[in-house]
Amino acid sequence: MIAANLLEWGLESIVIILIIVGGFAYLTLFERRVLARFQVRIGPNRAGPWGLLQPVADGVKLIFKEELIPAQADKLLFILAPVITVLPALIILAVIPLGPRVQVGGQSISLGLASNVNVGVLYILAVASIAVYGIVIAGWSSSNKYALMGGLRSSAQMVSYELALGLSVIGPIILAGSMGIDEIVAGQRGLWYAILQPLGFLIFFIATVAEVNRSPFDMPEAEQELTAGYHVEYSGMKFALFFMAEYGKMIAVSFIGVTLFLGGYLGPYVDRFWWLGPIYLVIKVVVMLFLLVWIRATLPRFRYDRLMAFGWKILLPLSLLNVLVTAVVVVLVGG
Amino acid sequence: MKPLEILRRLPEILRGLWTVFKSIFEPPVTYQYPEVKRPVRERFKGRHELKRYENGLEKCIGCALCAAACPADAIFVEASENTDETRFSPGERYASTYEINMLRCIFCGYCEDACPTEAIVLEHNYELSFTNRRDAIYTKEMLIVPVPENGKPTPQHVPSGAFNRSIPEMKDLV
Repeated sequence: MIAANLLEWGLESIVIILIIVGGFAYLTLFERRVLARFQVRIGPNRAGPWGLLQPVADGVKLIFKEELIPAQADKLLFILAPVITVLPALIILAVIPLGPRVQVGGQSISLGLASNVNVGVLYILAVASIAVYGIVIAGWSSSNKYALMGGLRSSAQMVSYELALGLSVIGPIILAGSMGIDEIVAGQRGLWYAILQPLGFLIFFIATVAEVNRSPFDMPEAEQELTAGYHVEYSGMKFALFFMAEYGKMIAVSFIGVTLFLGGYLGPYVDRFWWLGPIYLVIKVVVMLFLLVWIRATLPRFRYDRLMAFGWKILLPLSLLNVLVTAVVVVLVGG
Repeated sequence: MKPLEILRRLPEILRGLWTVFKSIFEPPVTYQYPEVKRPVRERFKGRHELKRYENGLEKCIGCALCAAACPADAIFVEASENTDETRFSPGERYASTYEINMLRCIFCGYCEDACPTEAIVLEHNYELSFTNRRDAIYTKEMLIVPVPENGKPTPQHVPSGAFNRSIPEMKDLV
């Protein structure tokens, strides 16, 4: 029994890490190709058929790059920062159910490492916030003014948007009556929470875009103002780790958004054929990622003060209102 | 900014998203370069060519005016005497050595302007990469165009007195 459990957990951990690492590699290609199409270009198509080997080529290139550590840098923190940044992206998927429960050899196995944890949403919020430490530490330890500004902006932005993010997640929690991700997904069997909570979903989406530092909220790494923000001084694989964290977080928040608001793995016939669950999940995640790239292709960067004003004066009150209305309605309807 | 400003602009944001989305269906403007080459303009100044007359004689008479005009000092010309038995070009002399250093050339086209016989012309070839500094020297053999169909290769054996004039007679434009 214990051996079977260990095997299950081990396999699921490997799958989750592979989703993020492999997904990261191909998300970069996906983004470059889709962005190119938005800009009426072709995008990378030379390495392998349709450019499928481009991530491999990029990886090999980064491995062979020289790793520079600035003389003034705080070496320990400088090396630690990319690790702190990338870890949350790798472990955040642990609470996401990848499919319905499967019966294997008389045992009921949940697809997902710890989707039955009763504080799954709390785990997501907690882990997602750790990444900002990596960014701030990277900005500070580089001893570079641009990196420092990037780190500062990043922390300010995270504080402003994490509140709205946390409050927008409360909608599904109230509706499902539980913080466990399994229950939240099961609660969407009839109707997705994105339909019951359109405002909550919108706020969640905007806040996650800000959370993963994507355009139009890519303040911390604004090329034009800060050259590259917090990772100016990083090169080689340490830079690749930041890159991986950014794209890994993109994948992770897409999974979270899909699970909390778009019904997760649920879809037609998923009860009869369990393998449809992961397929639906991946399709929904790809749509979310497409949306992120689409928004990047469309919207220019916010001005910094407007970013803060938007976060504090619009998103926060709106999400509070959303929580209030949801709670009142749930009490009245008696859900 | 007033808080409601952004909400008022939400339709504009959606309109922008739609505009961007439509562009996905437009054919890409990219030229797949090594396979598909973008045609250059007629007056594009690319690699030089040394022209010939229709009978195969070289237009270049080795006067080195191009070398004198060259602001980058990229052209080296050495002239030798023509005879009617071994004739390369009309008139007294021809370019026995003609070299252009492509590392120095700035493709200004002054050589073209200076040439009295319109022998040197900057044409449309722009693929001039090389991996060795020595390969940057383009010799006369590399620059001269092939002999035209009804011409003969140089040196030609010609009847005496047939090509005494170096510079072709200019026709007045009517």
